[in-house]
Amino acid sequence: MPNIRELEFGAFVVEAVFLGDTAVFALGDGTIRRVAGDAEDATPVHAGAILAATPTRDRKALVTGGDDGLVAVTDAAGRTEPIARRKGKWIDQLASGPDGAVAHASGRKVELRLGDGRERSFDLPRAVGGLDFAPRGLRLAVARYDGVTLWWAGTEAEPTALEWKGAHIAVSFSPDGKYLVTAMQDNALHGWRLSDGKDMRMSGYPAKPRSLSWSAKGRFLATSGANAAVLWPFHFKDGPQGKPPMQLGAREVTVTRVACHPGEEVVAIGYQDGMVMAVRFADAEEALLRRPGNGPVSSLAWDQAGRRLAFGTEHGAGGIIAIA
Amino acid sequence: MPDTQIPVTVLTGYLGAGKTTLLNRILSENHGKKYAVVVNEFGEINIDNDLIVESDEEVYEMNNGCVCCTVRGDLIRVVEGLMKRPGGFDGILVETTGLADPAPVAQTFFMDDEVRAKARLDAVVTVADAKHLVARLADSPEAEDQIGFADVILLNKTDLVSLEELAEVERQIRAINAHAVVHRTERCALPLDTVLDRGAFDLERILSLDPEFLEGDDHEHHDHDHDDHDDDHHHHDHATHDPTVTSLSLRAGELDPKRFFPWIQQITQGFGPDILRLKGILAFKDDPERYVVQGVHMILEGDHQRRWRDDEKRESRLVFIGRKLETDLLTAGFQACAA
Repeated sequence: MPNIRELEFGAFVVEAVFLGDTAVFALGDGTIRRVAGDAEDATPVHAGAILAATPTRDRKALVTGGDDGLVAVTDAAGRTEPIARRKGKWIDQLASGPDGAVAHASGRKVELRLGDGRERSFDLPRAVGGLDFAPRGLRLAVARYDGVTLWWAGTEAEPTALEWKGAHIAVSFSPDGKYLVTAMQDNALHGWRLSDGKDMRMSGYPAKPRSLSWSAKGRFLATSGANAAVLWPFHFKDGPQGKPPMQLGAREVTVTRVACHPGEEVVAIGYQDGMVMAVRFADAEEALLRRPGNGPVSSLAWDQAGRRLAFGTEHGAGGIIAIA
Repeated sequence: MPDTQIPVTVLTGYLGAGKTTLLNRILSENHGKKYAVVVNEFGEINIDNDLIVESDEEVYEMNNGCVCCTVRGDLIRVVEGLMKRPGGFDGILVETTGLADPAPVAQTFFMDDEVRAKARLDAVVTVADAKHLVARLADSPEAEDQIGFADVILLNKTDLVSLEELAEVERQIRAINAHAVVHRTERCALPLDTVLDRGAFDLERILSLDPEFLEGDDHEHHDHDHDDHDDDHHHHDHATHDPTVTSLSLRAGELDPKRFFPWIQQITQGFGPDILRLKGILAFKDDPERYVVQGVHMILEGDHQRRWRDDEKRESRLVFIGRKLETDLLTAGFQACAA
């Protein structure tokens, strides 16, 4: 039986993550709340709202971007350091890369700060919709209108592009680096097999499939945007094309967030009404983790051991669920 | 957290007409109210406002079922970002650049489900320079679009033109848009309730299609006289530029909904790109309630509004503002929907 510790933050939970044993919540009031054991601390970071947050690759700190134009990094102990400031711009796109690299974007400009402090940037003809670093190398995928631009950010090489018409609003590399998937404004997913650029389209969603989560060993891609978590199989030779997706946790409520367990084939699902459920792939067995309440689930994340799940809602509730 | 939608006011008009003046007025006069402002250039606003963002004007083409239209991708992100802030807002003010088509901005608030859940379009307010508008109307289709699209028009800088010139500008405005409320202003000075909280896209508040009868409209600062708005299309007997955007106002008696709905769908799908705005108050046979419709290009929405009052004439009215309006076709088609 799961044990829940409910927390009341009073502000939109933009991201909930674990940094080691500390559960960290980035909020719409510009603060980062840290929960470790019985202690709860707040660190003010942004003058306005936090718009995006992502953990560093080593999981020791949380990078945040805000509508104050600031990009900052805060560790589990609450020490904050600014990385960049862009006056008048809202930083709503972030990605963490190897060796402490941090990419951020606002509008049509992507900026990168490497671990050694060097900075690089490039401008695109259209606004950035999403950022993700490849699993290996300093390779950044930038989703934008009509496709994705791929940038080898450590070299002087010109960026290359994967084209597909439409507005791409999120991007994610598969853990093995073989596939790149985007979420689209018109309620669909698009994907490319990187070896040959072959396109894949996964459509049929009633809403935007904005939350993307790869399962253990990258066998499935779990997505939100329907009234069940939709999981596309990526473990076949030709990827998901022609294969029906798995649908787990079907209810009459839209799924807003998905988070796959780090080791087991289990997915945590957050819904529009605040419910959180865990479902096992093998037999679709469901476990209710949190009853509905306090608005749509806005963030879900497992700790590295897969024993605890942090969650947050749009209306400012949050918490830590310990799976027995 | 509030579950009501935040009203969005779109400010359009050519560079120099006075949009910034109006924006600054709204921000400085409405003490205690919180606005998020989307501007073209950051430096324009001289009031210290928390929430200003420079727009990117990202136009996305959407193909959703049978509707093909454009939306502003950057505004989708702005609304998303605003929702993360605690406390809520009293409104969002979106300024569009001089040459911009107001349609993608308006359509954003219909086409994106997440945006629709959080925000609603309140009105399109066009600021026009009384001295230069006539020239702009003659040389730019964008200027006509901005007038045609508007719910409220501020004919600004009236101190720079004579009364005759002013009358002529207004006549040209009316030839394009017979249904917007027009205010003559100097330095955009006017009560803010004439530009904010208009409910121009709120089906519940579409009480009349004639600007003189709009609820809450006061004429104290108007000193002009309206030309008669007859219900047939305008005859241009002046030796001036003929507008390509015009208004068409149609009347009929009671309608048969089984004829009207397929017809209006066909019209908006077929002529959508040329129809800037449409509004209608309809009497369906045997239906005790008024049915109100409104549209922007191919987007159409409608709903029952309220009961017909005993003293009200049960008649149907439909207005179109658009280019190349097929007057005879639309008139005959509407008449053919009679019950």
